Amino acid sequence: MSDSAVLVEMRGLTKRFGPGRPALDRLDARILGGTITGLAGPDGAGKTTLLRMIAGLLDPTEGELRVLGVDPREDAEEIHARAGYMPQRFGLYEDLSVQQNLDLYADLRGVLGEERRETFGRLLGFTDWARFTDRRAGALSGGMKQKLGLACALISKPELLLLDEPGVGVDPISRRDLWRMVEDLVKDGVGVVWSTAYLDEAEQCETVIVLNEGRPVFCGPPGELTGRVRGRAWAVPVEHGRRRALSKALQSEEVLDGVVQGHRLRLVLRGKARDRWDASEAGLEGKAEAAEPRFEDAFIDALGGPPRGPSRIAEAMRQVPPDDHPVIEAQDLTKRFGDFAATDGVSFTVPRGEIFGLLGPNGAGKSTTFKMLCGLLRPTSGRALVTGLDLEHSGSEARSRLGYMAQKFSLYGDLSVRQNLEFFAGIYGLPRARQKPAVDGMLDVFALRDQADEASGGLPLGFKQRLSMAAALMHEPDVLFLDEPTSGVDPLTRREFWKHINGLVEKGVTVLVTTHFMDEAEYCDRIGLVYRGKLIALGPPDELKAKARTDKNESPTMEDAFIHLVQAWDREQGGDRKEGKP
Amino acid sequence: MFQRIRSLVVKELLATLRDKKARIALIVPPILQLFVFAFAGTQEVTNISLAVFNPDAGRASAELVQRLEASGNFSHIRFVRSTGEMQAAIDRQQVVAGVRFQDDFSARLLGGQSAPVQLILDGRKSNAAQIVQGYVQSVVEQFGRERAAEGRVRLADAAIEPRNWFNPNLIYLWFTVPSLVAMITTLTALNVTSMSVAREREMGTFDQLLVSPLRPLEILAGKALPAFGLALAQATIFLVVAVLVFRIPFRGSPPLLYGALIVFIAAMVGVGLFISSLSATQQQALLGTFTFMVPAMLLSGYASPIENMPAWLQPLTYLNPLRYMMVVVKGVYLKALPAAEVLHQVWPMALIAAATVALATWQFRRRSA
Repeated sequence: MSDSAVLVEMRGLTKRFGPGRPALDRLDARILGGTITGLAGPDGAGKTTLLRMIAGLLDPTEGELRVLGVDPREDAEEIHARAGYMPQRFGLYEDLSVQQNLDLYADLRGVLGEERRETFGRLLGFTDWARFTDRRAGALSGGMKQKLGLACALISKPELLLLDEPGVGVDPISRRDLWRMVEDLVKDGVGVVWSTAYLDEAEQCETVIVLNEGRPVFCGPPGELTGRVRGRAWAVPVEHGRRRALSKALQSEEVLDGVVQGHRLRLVLRGKARDRWDASEAGLEGKAEAAEPRFEDAFIDALGGPPRGPSRIAEAMRQVPPDDHPVIEAQDLTKRFGDFAATDGVSFTVPRGEIFGLLGPNGAGKSTTFKMLCGLLRPTSGRALVTGLDLEHSGSEARSRLGYMAQKFSLYGDLSVRQNLEFFAGIYGLPRARQKPAVDGMLDVFALRDQADEASGGLPLGFKQRLSMAAALMHEPDVLFLDEPTSGVDPLTRREFWKHINGLVEKGVTVLVTTHFMDEAEYCDRIGLVYRGKLIALGPPDELKAKARTDKNESPTMEDAFIHLVQAWDREQGGDRKEGKP
Repeated sequence: MFQRIRSLVVKELLATLRDKKARIALIVPPILQLFVFAFAGTQEVTNISLAVFNPDAGRASAELVQRLEASGNFSHIRFVRSTGEMQAAIDRQQVVAGVRFQDDFSARLLGGQSAPVQLILDGRKSNAAQIVQGYVQSVVEQFGRERAAEGRVRLADAAIEPRNWFNPNLIYLWFTVPSLVAMITTLTALNVTSMSVAREREMGTFDQLLVSPLRPLEILAGKALPAFGLALAQATIFLVVAVLVFRIPFRGSPPLLYGALIVFIAAMVGVGLFISSLSATQQQALLGTFTFMVPAMLLSGYASPIENMPAWLQPLTYLNPLRYMMVVVKGVYLKALPAAEVLHQVWPMALIAAATVALATWQFRRRSA
């Protein structure tokens, strides 16, 4: 059962694409059968490069590589036959139905007859596919597509399975399903490599290879790395002003890293482990309690911590004048596509200076709601108000008050950094005389001056994110709309991002954010959980987590809360839904 | 508002000119078009072979054959020894036409009788055949006239002295190059507008524009103006090349031509924007452009005269702005078409422009809000 044969052996493995920093720099690691090996690191760390080399799709520049006892440079065919590889965007045929896709891959792999029936039964058992088999693959939600892709990759059982970010853009529930499908294989001795940008996902693997900018940061069981920060993670309750408290704590020499977690601050200290810690050393009032160290803490520790100092962007921003009226208002928002209600009667308000998070599984109506709130979609009924202005009637004026940052950092890749900023200054109607100082200011604050004349398309992800944020803040908006703003970004850049956001909120800016990172949801003052088009829960993170508390799980995480609330709602509705359908 | 549009136009031009692929798409196809259409697309009949079957041993037929040879219209004269051989030469497309004399041709002429010559044409090449017929006919008529002048044969028919106005030497380039000015503005206006919105949709920047204070109309204007600029710039380059390189004299009024061009580009930009508001990807936009472009070219009177099209098809050409622009550009360029005549072609284009721009605006607003 626990067959720990060495499937992949790497020594000094290096890959270069042209001059500059190698895509992968001298990696020594092994991948064993019967385990899940996590391959963790932010975008651009070299994860895909490594997987493609193992799959025999890319030749290494230097170093040794043996896969299933074969050198991929000599016999790539052998590896193709014995190893399975699922790229980030699995090749589903979007115009074929779910069943047709499965049939096609079974035909291609020569899985026929009784074996085929068994395989399909096994694969379909993981999720409630049955009602989806006739649906067109292209019409599935992101999570469902990912599951179908994995199912297709699993039709013939490989000896080694390479998965490139199967969990990206997938909600926690679908992610658990994917995980279960893979665990089942591991029991049979298959070696699985699961690449991910989510460190909490990597933490669940038996061993991990952590990469950052091509360099190996750590190889081994995650507990070993996490052990380095044991005794250094502390939680401090904060009654009021948790954002200000965090920024204060981060200025302390002792504190390496910190995040907001509901009504507590979670801090990682520098130096050695300690038995007791007095939070007043970091200028905090509450009583510090030891916290369970996490893999991400250790990762940040290994990288030397996030950049220090307060957010310069927040310092440079004007103070938004106080106002008692809600800044964002959803009034019975409904959007119908045909007779399908993507968003169904969603109402909430967000006061000034609050971070409001929209969470929800893939395809639950979260994006539709978000789009209506920032004016990208016209509601079928109901109203969306920003700073009291109806987006439908005084759209242009309302839009001039909001800043928007999309998942893919919507920049003009052919334009230089400076030209991008000039463009955004222009369309947001900054007077000509103020444009140049504003652009220069942004270049300084976001440390982009050295890249000012480079085409923005070629910048590393972290820079793109900074530029995208600079573009969104050019006109000093009252409201910020962030659509999965940190997906694929490394934890250090993410910390910096939230430092800016927290600083802005202190200045009175209101933020609406959607995210798949559950620990990021903890930064929010309140969270709205959208499921099946409805707002099924609304409240501060701690309140939502409290709802998921059970005897077995006394301190549920945000992810537990998410899954609990969705499943509870399903059970409640389940009764009357089943009556209508056979 | 103007500042916002200005920023959009600047960005659009920068994005088009900084993107290597877009730059190539803007420069290479027009140059290719210019040369391909100007030289390969010629309908002038040169390089043709003629078969001659001459069983007559007399002087008259030999002289006529020499005249055909000397006319310069035929690159090669192929002598055959039987009707069968001539048929085979036409079948194999070695010759476009065959001239067949009767064995008593010279004798009949000497006897003062009329002596028919048979011309067999390859009907599969209707255009070339027509032209060859013209060439042969003129040589034979000339021959007949001169013999009549010598008093040997009475010639009753009046002689035709053709003169080609506006293009005295019937140089084919004089016809194609000005037409290409209309073609190229069509291509650029359609390409730039239809691709730019689709490109932004693909990159996700379109949402960014929609959440900015820009109004849909401003975005539309920001997309349309660069297309105007680029299309007019290319038209100008073509006109300069036509005058300086191809040495085709420009006879009309440039402001008149540019005025008509602006109305024409507006119509095309409207079509381009409409295509772009329908397409989600650049690929779809490209397909849409070609779906419109090819019929528009064929129905413009460029490839074949509109009068030659079937009656039911002709009304369709009235919807095609290129049809009017072809008349204007050739007219103004080659024969200084007067303003009143230009206006006669411009108002239907203006009507079409109003319709396409309105349609694009409507579709754009519907899709973007």
